[in-house]
Amino acid sequence: MLSAVRQPGWTRAMAFSAIGVAFTYALSVGARAGFDYKPFLDGEAVLQIGLISVPFFFMVGLGLFDYWGYWMSGKPTRPEDHSGHGAKNWKSYFYPNTDHKVIGVQYVVHSFFYLFVGGLFAMLIRAELAQPGRQFLDANTYNGVFSVHASLLIFLFIIPVFAGLANYVLPLMIGAPDMAFPRLNALSFWLLPIAGVMMLSSFFAPGGSFASGWTAYAPLSNSAPIGQVFFTIGVQFAGASSIATALNFLVTIITMRAPGMSFFRMPLLVWANFATSLLVVIATPFIAASQFFILLDRALGFNFFDNGQGGDVLMYQHVFWFYSHPAVYIMILPGFGIISEVLAVKARKPIFGYRMMAFSLLAIVVLGFTVWAHHMFVSGMQNWIRVPMMITTAIIAVPTGIKVFSWLATLWRGVLKLDTPMLFALGFITMFTLGGISGVMLAMIPLTIHVSDTYFIVAHIHYVLFGGSLFTVYAGVYYWFPKMTGRMYDEKLGKIHFWLTFVFFNVTFAPMHLIGVDGMPRRVADYADKYAEWNLAISIASFALGLSTLIFAYNMIASWRGGPRAVGNPWRALTLEWQVTSPPPVFNFDAIPTVVGGPYEYGVPGAVHGVFADEEKAAPVAAGAGAGATATAGSGGAPSLEKPSAPDHD
Amino acid sequence: MAVDPRARTSNRTIGQMVVVGVIASAIGVAWGLYIDWFPIQGSSQAKKIDELWDVLLIIAVPVFVMVVVVILFAVRDYRQRPGEELLDGPNVHGSTRLEIIWTTIPAVVIFVLVGYAATILSDIEEAPANAAQELKIDVTGEQFAWTFKYKGADGKDVNTTRLYLPKGRSVKFNVRSKDVIHDFWIPEMRMKVDAVPGIVTSYRITPIREGNYPVVCAELCGLGHSVMRQTAYVQSADKFDAWLAKQSAPAPAAAPAEGGGAAPAAAIDAKKLFTDGNGESIACGSCHQLADAGTPAGGVGPNLDMVLAGQSADMIKESIVEPEKVATKGFPPGVMPPNYGETLKPEELDALVEYLVTSTKK
Repeated sequence: MLSAVRQPGWTRAMAFSAIGVAFTYALSVGARAGFDYKPFLDGEAVLQIGLISVPFFFMVGLGLFDYWGYWMSGKPTRPEDHSGHGAKNWKSYFYPNTDHKVIGVQYVVHSFFYLFVGGLFAMLIRAELAQPGRQFLDANTYNGVFSVHASLLIFLFIIPVFAGLANYVLPLMIGAPDMAFPRLNALSFWLLPIAGVMMLSSFFAPGGSFASGWTAYAPLSNSAPIGQVFFTIGVQFAGASSIATALNFLVTIITMRAPGMSFFRMPLLVWANFATSLLVVIATPFIAASQFFILLDRALGFNFFDNGQGGDVLMYQHVFWFYSHPAVYIMILPGFGIISEVLAVKARKPIFGYRMMAFSLLAIVVLGFTVWAHHMFVSGMQNWIRVPMMITTAIIAVPTGIKVFSWLATLWRGVLKLDTPMLFALGFITMFTLGGISGVMLAMIPLTIHVSDTYFIVAHIHYVLFGGSLFTVYAGVYYWFPKMTGRMYDEKLGKIHFWLTFVFFNVTFAPMHLIGVDGMPRRVADYADKYAEWNLAISIASFALGLSTLIFAYNMIASWRGGPRAVGNPWRALTLEWQVTSPPPVFNFDAIPTVVGGPYEYGVPGAVHGVFADEEKAAPVAAGAGAGATATAGSGGAPSLEKPSAPDHD
Repeated sequence: MAVDPRARTSNRTIGQMVVVGVIASAIGVAWGLYIDWFPIQGSSQAKKIDELWDVLLIIAVPVFVMVVVVILFAVRDYRQRPGEELLDGPNVHGSTRLEIIWTTIPAVVIFVLVGYAATILSDIEEAPANAAQELKIDVTGEQFAWTFKYKGADGKDVNTTRLYLPKGRSVKFNVRSKDVIHDFWIPEMRMKVDAVPGIVTSYRITPIREGNYPVVCAELCGLGHSVMRQTAYVQSADKFDAWLAKQSAPAPAAAPAEGGGAAPAAAIDAKKLFTDGNGESIACGSCHQLADAGTPAGGVGPNLDMVLAGQSADMIKESIVEPEKVATKGFPPGVMPPNYGETLKPEELDALVEYLVTSTKK
């Protein structure tokens, strides 16, 4: 027993958490008694300190800080024998691990757990909205449910699931044995369950969960019951996780590319995560700040947002949206990367206009920081800033349009394999185009004055985050499933999943444009009778949409357990992650590859992206080679499927 | 890894795409314009905003149709057929000319749209030529009701919970909040602005159509957000002036209210009043459970069968008119609108109290 407490792991984590609770009580009661501040024992004070301190005790107990602790205290660090690297069995996934592939799987599975939880909350919302009036939820619970729905799906699903997919494939794609900081990587993941448990457990707080929306506008969030701080503090842990991962990606991409992997030979997924990481590192501290303001207001009476005490209510929204607008690009740029990978492989063609695709990502990063106040067109801020923000907002359609048109041109004259990842990719392009169009409409101030805070906004956000981000996540999960699990998924179930999702997604969210323009405000449990028919239709469709995810869950679980074994490169892809076994060896590559050409040289017989040291060097293909360029057939690196090349009629 | 031996795109295919695209766009635009998207046009601002919407639709539909047509034709002509499993597409890397085209054309369209929207914006916010004629109304939001302050004929303030507006005259709302952020919105008028504690925000409308329209709170403001609804009465200028003059004069207690929405004074159905409200007040039953009226549990307010059982008529009346004084423990302060003393006519209030006394008596 004692040895279990001394070893890092769950036993020690639980013991340390108990110590953390005791510490919290001691600190709170001790400090209050010291200042003679009655009552000495105050539940809310204890709770707020506990939410911050206990997670750290938990993480120390779990062993996330052991190595750094030894090093900092001058003790001999244990020699790095890589014993914490790679998964031995399924239990390994429940412990800290420094292998980016294990962490990637932890991230993805954990995120999908919250997709299902968040989806269940959506079902509750739709059940309540199926009819006007109140049916299942009282006003406080309803407000709590939609707030937690948004917070979980944003902070514990979309943002981390992209980080998880990239965690798995990005080091493989650039020919690196792991991420630059494996221990930091493990810490980044374990911050997430803390944030998730905190947000979910807010329902047990006296006065209910946080109920002021995921936007948590002050002063409503300042005066809300104690459940609000579960959001305020939970976001800090999720945000810290994002920032640490983004730093890790940046350093990995900049310093750990394989020889020959110049920036313009990187797959676009790597570019996308490079751009996203820049956004995360620069923007995320702002949401941390906005929530610290709220915490200080609530806990210590700072009056940042109390106008009677010199506070400024609008400041909250500026700081909040300075993160939360770039955050929508954090939630879509990695998806752009996934789509580029899937389209190139499934259309058997190089990405059209590769360099413009990379530059447009960077353009979106820069422009993304100049548009935040378009969320505030009716907030009462100074009037003159609206037109400049309208211009910058609308201009973002240009780099985004470049991406859509380039994807279309990539499809053209390709050989399109219409399997599940490709269907989700094509579905994504159409749905994201719709979301983008309503986005340009929303940039137009006069229209926004009418539709802001209506269901038109709800429709727009779900077209870009569900039809956009979630479709790319599905495409990516199906695409890399063989690589991550070593098994093939069931293609038939995958296609059924796509068509059900695509149809019911549209039946659920398209009518929301209509009732929004017609004047139905969002975030209401009750609404005028004239919206009743549409709401009933939307609710029924949403339940079908919810059920369709069960097919996905079944496919993933059953295929992972008993699907047919996957070969190393089932898609005949050129990028490096497919040139190793499925799943890859613990350190990814037996020898670091040398990159000799662009990542998408389809249509050139024998072209390869990278070669391995023990193989004969293949002829390099310049990334800019034009149509019809032929290269001498390489003998090495090329996939084993190679056949004598057909005559080129081009 | 053979390279695609299939032929280039023929002019015929391009022609088919153009035809399908034009027809689909035409149908889409016609359908989009046919749909009755907006509520009634209640103000001159509404006309301009609806016009912007039509322009946006006309541009948006062809863009979407183009993307879909390209995908569908690519799927039709270029999908992998049996025997093509090892085929690759041509090694095409891009086309500078195409990339310039699809960068500049959207940029030009965007700039034209932005310019047009900016013109509409300045139109809908323009002050009337005769500024002195403009009616100014102070709007104050609080959890969960709006109050309106007019300048009466005699220069004294008129405070009311009923929003009366004159047709054909520019009205400027100066919006404030007492507690949290609200948003003052009449969907039929299209304009809205947040009510922000500590600052005064504003917008103006010119009502062009008589009638009763809902006043809605559009910014999440707490438990009663979805029931923070009142009514705006747009009347002819003469009727409005008469109403305002009457408000300035000391009103006899039982004077029947002018304008739409007021029920006849005789024979008040208190049960209906409880479940539906009087068109002015928020219905009691939307928040409170009451077995006799059949309103459900789980509302914002306490179960009246329990908290009112055995209470006196005076006590019940006070709890309706001044809910802060007798709020039930466990329910947040300020959750019940404080304005029932104004939105219910005295005889309605008495009927309601009597109904509550009898229906909760065990």
